[in-house]
Amino acid sequence: MGSTDEKKAERQMDLLRFATAGSVDDGKSTLIGRLLFDSKSIFADQLEAVERTSEQKGHSYVDLSLLTDGLRSEREQGITIDVAYRYFATPNRKFIIADTPGHVQYTRNMVTGASTADLGLVLVDARHGLTEQSRRHAVLLSLLRVPHLVLCINKMDLVDWSQEVYDKIQAEFTQFATKLNVPDLEVIPISALAGDNVVDRSQNMPWYSGPTLMHHLEHVHVASDRDLVDARFPVQYVIRPQNDAYHDYRGYAGQIAGGVFKKGDEVIVLPSGMTSKISSIDVFDKEIDEAFPPMSVTIRLEDDVDVSRGDMIARVKNAPTPTQDIDAMVCWMTNAPLQPRQKLAIKHTTRTGRALVKDIQYRLDVNTLHRDNDTKELGLNEIGRVQLRTTVPLLADPYSKNRTTGSFILIDEATGVTVGAGMING
Amino acid sequence: MTSTHTDYRLSQLDQLEAESIHIFREVAAEFEKPVLMFSGGKDSIVMLRLAEKAFYPAKIPFSILQVDTGLDFPEVMETRDRWVERLGINLVVASIDDAIKNGIIPDAAKISRNRLQIPTLLNAIEENGFTAAFGGGRRDEEKARAKERVYSHRDEFGQWDPKMQRPELWSLYNGRLHEGEHMRIFPISNWTELDVWDYIGREEIEIPSIYFAHQRRVFERDGMLMTETPLNPCREGEVAEERSVRFRTCGDITLTGCVESTASTIEEIIAEVSVARVTERGATRGDDKFSEAAMEDRKKEGYF
Repeated sequence: MGSTDEKKAERQMDLLRFATAGSVDDGKSTLIGRLLFDSKSIFADQLEAVERTSEQKGHSYVDLSLLTDGLRSEREQGITIDVAYRYFATPNRKFIIADTPGHVQYTRNMVTGASTADLGLVLVDARHGLTEQSRRHAVLLSLLRVPHLVLCINKMDLVDWSQEVYDKIQAEFTQFATKLNVPDLEVIPISALAGDNVVDRSQNMPWYSGPTLMHHLEHVHVASDRDLVDARFPVQYVIRPQNDAYHDYRGYAGQIAGGVFKKGDEVIVLPSGMTSKISSIDVFDKEIDEAFPPMSVTIRLEDDVDVSRGDMIARVKNAPTPTQDIDAMVCWMTNAPLQPRQKLAIKHTTRTGRALVKDIQYRLDVNTLHRDNDTKELGLNEIGRVQLRTTVPLLADPYSKNRTTGSFILIDEATGVTVGAGMING
Repeated sequence: MTSTHTDYRLSQLDQLEAESIHIFREVAAEFEKPVLMFSGGKDSIVMLRLAEKAFYPAKIPFSILQVDTGLDFPEVMETRDRWVERLGINLVVASIDDAIKNGIIPDAAKISRNRLQIPTLLNAIEENGFTAAFGGGRRDEEKARAKERVYSHRDEFGQWDPKMQRPELWSLYNGRLHEGEHMRIFPISNWTELDVWDYIGREEIEIPSIYFAHQRRVFERDGMLMTETPLNPCREGEVAEERSVRFRTCGDITLTGCVESTASTIEEIIAEVSVARVTERGATRGDDKFSEAAMEDRKKEGYF
């Protein structure tokens, strides 16, 4: 691995992926527009296009939500339907926003956006306080194990910048969050339209001493969210060059899903159970000493053991137990309901197999957290606890421990469409 | 990759690189016959570099496909040839002129070459039996692209249906296809224009010389600076003059405008891009200017 001084001009920035949830009514698109605008990530031609459209529509203000609603049908309907990805950067951090729709009929889109997020941003309207929708968003973010949660209380300008309103919503939400897995919560009073506490500190709320939203996004510590203990390497691809120079080269390519691998480590290959030692970890034409998530590397072993795509390399004394019986929370994403005895294709890390639905234990009401034990199917956008039996053993960890080795997707074998997303319990 | 830090952090550029390499390997493992769509522009060259890294020390296990519009910049073709030779990869050229000659597409002088790229490309994909085609599209480029998946499904007609996109969660990509369908793959979806430049600078990647400031005879048309060539002569009232310019994208020479610039090194380009106030497509691509949904419409038909 080259030292930084050999390379030119690389600015050391890190990356934060965050998901936003909410509807246009909550001012979500305005907030994102504001983040882009105030961080100077909007270009003149984009702004001009938005100004032109706002004027055509007869708005008295520049409708920043027009920046984010990308598809024609969305602009026509004035709603966000799909997940849209947005990008902006400050000198120390690059941000990827997964902008998701808030309505219940788009739960699957929100689950999609949250799946890769380090931080989730829930928006409430200060005039209305917590709603069913904002509770649902918090539940989904917690279910997807998004480690950092921010509640933005928006439209503070419309409640006279009242501390009382803030305190009430903050207390109510904090109380609700105790029922969820929310390791880190920040509650920020803002006005997305006026810009208060988005990038610049509000002059209207001197009683608030916490960070602005941008300050929090820039400084929230995400490096420690990864599991650096349990080493997991799903093998993606076997590299065997067909040339004389590398005739004996046999490397296992993949992306580190957990832990730290070092040259010389004793490792086990699953599911075969064979053991060997790491002889080299390669990144392009260089050997490196250690590899950690989310690096894409090529691992070579000392012994000529049989390893192929779908296998996993782990530590001898710390490896998942291969299992064909999976207990998971599943979000269902298609119109025809999920039913017991149904057969589906399953993709888990780099392993693909088939899965049989043994049982649907309960449906989770994502608004109230109530468990409905009487239901025997899951409809579109519903989430429930499901037991599956797979044709191949999965090399899985609980989702709460590792979001990569704990997640899977379900695919309809006839249509080829992704119909479900699963998070393994443990 | 940067040197490992004691706190096991990867810079954002390294994270993007790792994600892209993961995508390349996933496609090579799961698809029968992938191909990399190569325009010669900086994004497709960055893709080539990532593919080179993903499979090293083996060769890139797929061909590259270029749609020859007959209107490409000669500098771009020269760079392409050097890359092909260095990596020892197979180049498939789908020429619009040949497609017209063979009656695959109509010879419609009124249709822009940009439009004719679509049937030419789709025909090449079908004829060669390619099941996955890597493209250099980025989500920061345009609003319709912001919603496109990394694995973007195309039906038997090569069409994209934005309302029927498959959910894409975690890093679990679904590559299931029916006969005659194919997948467009966008491994640098999450890169921004600036990321691409940072990476080109860091990796010292060779790109076509037209990206750097040079003297060129240009004239103004529709608010853009266009190259004066026999393929694209001045119209009445347009006056060509020599200026110091560079290109921000590489497309059809008759549609791709340039910007006035003195940036002659990657560092100077990065400095320029950092303060640019107009998107690269908005500034210099005539093909995106027709309507607010121009890109969405072309994508639905099967554009890159």
